Amino acid sequence: MRRIRAAAVITLTTALAATVTGCGGGTSTGEGGSNDSPKTLTYWASNQGPNIEADKKILTPELKKFEKETGIKVKLEVVPWSDLLTRILAATTSGQGPDVLNIGNTWSASLQATGALLPWDDKNFEAIGGRDRFVDSAVASAGAEGRPPAAVPLYSLAYALYYNKQMFADAGIDGPPATWDELVADGKKLSKDGKWALGAEGGNLSNNIHQVFALSQQHGADFFDASGEPTFTTDGNVAAVKQYVDFMAKDKIIAPGNAEYAQNQSLTDFAKGKTAMVLWQAAASTFASQGMEPEDWGAAPVPVPSGAPGADKQVNSMVAGINIAVFKNTKNVDGAKKFVKFMTSDAEQKLLNKTYGSIPPVAAAQADPAFAAPDLKVLRDTLAGSAAPLPQVPEESQFETAVGTAVKDLWADAASGTPVTTESVKKRLDKAQQQMQQ
Amino acid sequence: MTSTVTPPVRKTGSGADRGDGGARRRRLPRIPDRIRHGGLPYLLLLPAVLLELLVHIVPMVIGIVMSFRELTQFYINNWDKAPWRAFDNYKIVVDFDAPLGEALLHSFYVTCLFTVITVGLSWLFGMAAAIMLQENFRGRGLLRAVFLTPYALPVYAAVITWAFMFQRDNGIINHVLHDQLGLTDEPSFWLIGDNSFIALVVVAVWKSWPFAFLMLMAGLQNIPRELYEAASIDGAGVWQQIRKITLPSLRPVNQVLVLVLFLWTFNDFNTPYVLFGDSAPEAANLISIHIYQSSFVTWNFGTGSAMSVLLLLFLLLVTAVYLVATSRGRKGSGAV
Repeated sequence: MRRIRAAAVITLTTALAATVTGCGGGTSTGEGGSNDSPKTLTYWASNQGPNIEADKKILTPELKKFEKETGIKVKLEVVPWSDLLTRILAATTSGQGPDVLNIGNTWSASLQATGALLPWDDKNFEAIGGRDRFVDSAVASAGAEGRPPAAVPLYSLAYALYYNKQMFADAGIDGPPATWDELVADGKKLSKDGKWALGAEGGNLSNNIHQVFALSQQHGADFFDASGEPTFTTDGNVAAVKQYVDFMAKDKIIAPGNAEYAQNQSLTDFAKGKTAMVLWQAAASTFASQGMEPEDWGAAPVPVPSGAPGADKQVNSMVAGINIAVFKNTKNVDGAKKFVKFMTSDAEQKLLNKTYGSIPPVAAAQADPAFAAPDLKVLRDTLAGSAAPLPQVPEESQFETAVGTAVKDLWADAASGTPVTTESVKKRLDKAQQQMQQ
Repeated sequence: MTSTVTPPVRKTGSGADRGDGGARRRRLPRIPDRIRHGGLPYLLLLPAVLLELLVHIVPMVIGIVMSFRELTQFYINNWDKAPWRAFDNYKIVVDFDAPLGEALLHSFYVTCLFTVITVGLSWLFGMAAAIMLQENFRGRGLLRAVFLTPYALPVYAAVITWAFMFQRDNGIINHVLHDQLGLTDEPSFWLIGDNSFIALVVVAVWKSWPFAFLMLMAGLQNIPRELYEAASIDGAGVWQQIRKITLPSLRPVNQVLVLVLFLWTFNDFNTPYVLFGDSAPEAANLISIHIYQSSFVTWNFGTGSAMSVLLLLFLLLVTAVYLVATSRGRKGSGAV
């Protein structure tokens, strides 16, 4: 008995000691990191290419170039999208992360709120050549308004309507639809004999958000008010979500099976000629990898209710893209800034964005003829004139989950024949809003 | 003769040499008696205790501390500044009229139902297979190996394969049920909507019944054949033999098996996560996924930890009640 008690005391003492030593959270440093380790950097790159190995092949020569210029060795890790946010959260919590990292631009405000990323004030922007070098809409999607951005734009993307030229010709349709009414009318002609007009990724929460955000803008709505409070259930938002899901529920131009798509199956369907249209960001390389020839498909601006794409109610895309950020507690803050400067230099911007099929957020690089191809021109024009950033609020990540899930559940209703009504849409959005407010 | 097979009796002296004239074997440094009698057990326990601390106890304590703090995205970079919330997180998650509590309660119900069905079916299949393979016949070894395959496969690879099979348009499940057998008017959805619960149970049972089979097969090997022979001479049929001999003899095995299966199934995260991704359908939203979402997807580690602590308390309670109930049964039956 005495021994058991003694063992228990040892256990408890060790536990308490370990708890005390193990309970440290992340440490935040005031203004930025140190320069204790000036010759090395760790870089987490997001997976932009067809696979991780491809990214390594693309980035490694550039990192060698940087090493040659500065003497700073960059250790590269390409992180899959599915793990990236969790990895960043873990790094933020533990204080053990990379020096430089890529983030999805829609996470900027959420990550900015954690205080873990180096703020890009005028002084820091000056170190990479100035804020003016970047396109305004791209910088606007790098953090909350009125605060220094949490990251710097690296690759820009926008949505376009990709369409199968042959299927359109076979259905006797001259060109891509410019308005939603035209899209539905064309869609009804195209949806027959086991083929469908439009592809969707019903199970992909982010994709759901991207689509309903643009529609919500067209309905004159916003998912957050000026004070950052959620306004999911406004008439405009309900109408936007219903309009999107109705493509399957009411108009019958999306195949029911799309309700469970979450792994880009809609692109495969498009490449195989099963669907005639898909709303996507920079899909050219995927189509090529799936055996499509460039002349098989065309790209057009995402439709609007009427008229032409533009600002406010004529917005037809969110500002998509990747930003590059620096962890505040880096041990090589000067080297990290040099690296960001290198990655956002005109030459690297041209090279990397050409390779990935995205648009450079650096204005001078955007002027390169390589970005004048018809499909890229659509993306460029959209970014320049008719794209808006997703809400730059700290809860953006939660918003994507809550509303994205609501839309996903509505797709499930539509696919299974459960009526999708204004009330049912409002009920789902109301539940999402209540979750946000707890 | 016996001296070569029995362990040497410990001498309390100085360890006199055997006087066999052979080369003297080098001894390990002698552990002082004080340590050997007093501290040695603790010394031997120390590595295990340290590892247990690092892997389980410390994270658990941190989790409990987190559950009392407002650990949202605004504070994860600096825990020390996270406001102390006392029991507020707990109040939020057990307010069953509010969305978070309502969702927690729903996922708790789903998990209970999922656990009962999965454990029940896994045990039933495991038992049936173990009894069938008791008799010696040609191909028994092969069949045993085949039955154990799901248990040996990496979970991720196996479940992702099931996810492909359950796809509505291209999956083999609908191909068989709808195209081949014509059992359904339309191809069914298995990964969204209400059917997702069925898909989840199927995969979970497929994954866990081989473990039940393995344990029960080992248990059956220990039942003397004479009991069955005597019973059949006395005219007992197969069902009677199972009821009166097999099940009572397997009681200790079943006691552990059911408990382990219950805990594994209740906490199962891999199966729903790989099958449905970040946001499982409502019908298959297990509590493990719900807690993950609350913590990592909505960035509220405080309420997520509160849910985890409540789940831990529930599982401890169930386990305690189960162990007390089953040990009483054992004492009643005269078992030591």
